[in-house]
Amino acid sequence: MRVLVRRIAFYVVTAWAAITVDFFIPRLMPGNPVSAVLARLQGQVTASTISGLEQQYGLNTKEGLWGQYVHYLQNLFHGNLGISTSSYPAEVTTVIRGALPWTLGLVGTATVISFALGTLIGIGVAWRRGTWLDSVLPATTFFQAAPYFFIAFLALDLFATRLGWFPTGRAYGQLDFPGFNATYIGDVLSHAVLPALTIVLCSAAGWIVGMRNVMVTTMDEDYVLVAQAKGLPKGRVIWYAARNAILPSVSGFSLAIGFVVSGALLTEIVFSYPGLGWILLQAVGERDYPLLQGIFLIITFAVLAANLAADFVYVLLDPRTRQEA
Amino acid sequence: MSTGTGLPGAGLPGAGLPDAGLPGVGLPVTGVPGADPAGTGPGQPAGAGLALPPPGRARRFQLPRSPKIIIGLVMMGAFLILAVVGPWLAPYNPSSSAIITNGVPQPPSAAHWLGTTQLQQDVFSQMVTGGRSTVLVAFAAGIVATVLSVVIGVIAGYRGGLTDDSFSMLANFFLVLPALPLLIVVFGFLPPATGSNDLLIGLIISITGWAFGARVLRAQTLSLRNRDYVESARIVGERGWRVIVFEILPNLTPVVAASFLFTVLYGVGTYTALAFLGLINPEHWSWGSILFYAQNNEAEISGYWWWYMPPGFAVALLGTALALLNFGIDEFINPRLRAAGLSRRRTGKAGRGKLPRRFVLGVTPVIRADEGGQP
Repeated sequence: MRVLVRRIAFYVVTAWAAITVDFFIPRLMPGNPVSAVLARLQGQVTASTISGLEQQYGLNTKEGLWGQYVHYLQNLFHGNLGISTSSYPAEVTTVIRGALPWTLGLVGTATVISFALGTLIGIGVAWRRGTWLDSVLPATTFFQAAPYFFIAFLALDLFATRLGWFPTGRAYGQLDFPGFNATYIGDVLSHAVLPALTIVLCSAAGWIVGMRNVMVTTMDEDYVLVAQAKGLPKGRVIWYAARNAILPSVSGFSLAIGFVVSGALLTEIVFSYPGLGWILLQAVGERDYPLLQGIFLIITFAVLAANLAADFVYVLLDPRTRQEA
Repeated sequence: MSTGTGLPGAGLPGAGLPDAGLPGVGLPVTGVPGADPAGTGPGQPAGAGLALPPPGRARRFQLPRSPKIIIGLVMMGAFLILAVVGPWLAPYNPSSSAIITNGVPQPPSAAHWLGTTQLQQDVFSQMVTGGRSTVLVAFAAGIVATVLSVVIGVIAGYRGGLTDDSFSMLANFFLVLPALPLLIVVFGFLPPATGSNDLLIGLIISITGWAFGARVLRAQTLSLRNRDYVESARIVGERGWRVIVFEILPNLTPVVAASFLFTVLYGVGTYTALAFLGLINPEHWSWGSILFYAQNNEAEISGYWWWYMPPGFAVALLGTALALLNFGIDEFINPRLRAAGLSRRRTGKAGRGKLPRRFVLGVTPVIRADEGGQP
């Protein structure tokens, strides 16, 4: 368990570092962009909001940097991320809370599907190395290299506009919430198919190649040869090899999840899906700094949590991590 | 940024490149002439583990002539040429606009090869003009990030101790931090003038892109650090930087190349994403900014395919070229990843149901000799 404690400590430190980076970015920027935005907001929002924003970004204040930092941390621990200027007078936390479930549902489901699918395909391709299946690999590079949002463009154009199989955007059809009945759920699912498909197509490629490469190496191990030599059924042999080969995929999760989440945010924008990506676009367009920073923090925390989950799975899968201590 | 885990990484850690060069793997023994030219690369410095590496980088570092590498190189060359001459090829000014068709984009025609935007701007001109910025940012990001990762990764691996701990911590921090959201915040705060300076953009992107390469390079350096030839150089009294530059770095070349390609690929995706979001000055033409305008004018749900497809495919093809080169280098580092030639032949002979066994260092030539037969 010491492994996990150390990992948790690492994530706590990383979260703190991300929070600190978030604090310093606006203060280090040349040209003072915040005051320009505040000048534009003059008259649109109340004077107290302006002074609140000034305090948040350390403008017109006699407080030193350290005092500002302490204030910032205090606000953060109280769950106060400031006021969103683009959806004034809503708070940043309220705006994010409305969008977060859509992103978690979409990205979470798509990531699980793509990891499972990609790993299985990777095993298959490695097992049948030297056959026509190898030609799958160059094809995956295209999906690996194409931006998520471009694949989203293609999916939208083909399946929604030309074929009309799926809706062209947003997460649900009705304007008012009818309650969790079958129609509503079906509606939500049909809106989620294309964005999820895009994310799966783009991210599965990485898992396929990663799994295949490690699997190919693992299949050379003596124990695989022994397993075959003593006549174990093929499925059993594949299972033994795959269990060992999947470890780098799980530990490489931290690298991948950041890419997947980033890609998913852009996918949401193309589909006008009302998740974090969509409000991120608004925040960028309106230069809504508090919202922008809030989204960054929330995404970072979500990615760290996903990493922690991957670490737990790793400990479950690999008995060696449990032996030491 | 659309890259997954697989890029240079997943198979790497175990497959040290010096091991690939050990005498045991020498392909000539196996009697497969020319089936896998890649094998000659690592096969040549047969004495690498025993004595000082032979001088002459050209002989030691031959790129495998696999189709992947060749296709990748050709595509890469085409994109580089486009980046240089692109803006002079543009038949029209990419920004000059006119409202003559009621704001309806026109499909491709003889006058406009890739059609027009709703402002009657020529998409082809935008494409060839935007190529330069895209390629420039990506390569700037790749070069800076590679230098950073070599410096940090190799020093961490070579020095060990506290240096290693702190550098590794820094790299791990940048690895788990979601890069694009961070860059979005940074570019959101930057003054708009930054949005036209390609080199500066590349520099900022590189800050989030070096960590992966540093981690891989550190692992490789660790495995090289205690090799005999490095030890002897140290005992002779060479200074630290000289050991690093002349003894260790040459043996890291393929890994450095792989991490360079990876960061260029990362730079292309990230820059396109940032421009697509409108964080880069949209007047500064790049493939991402064309996509920005296409998205803003709902090209994808209005059937204006000629507007969003060229930049999207260009980014994807540039990425594919880089990934193909990366694949080639991966196979060069880890010969077991090679799928073509050898194993196809073997499976053909051995029958479908059989597991295509590969060699494990010195053992397999024997296995192969009685299967393969003739030299």
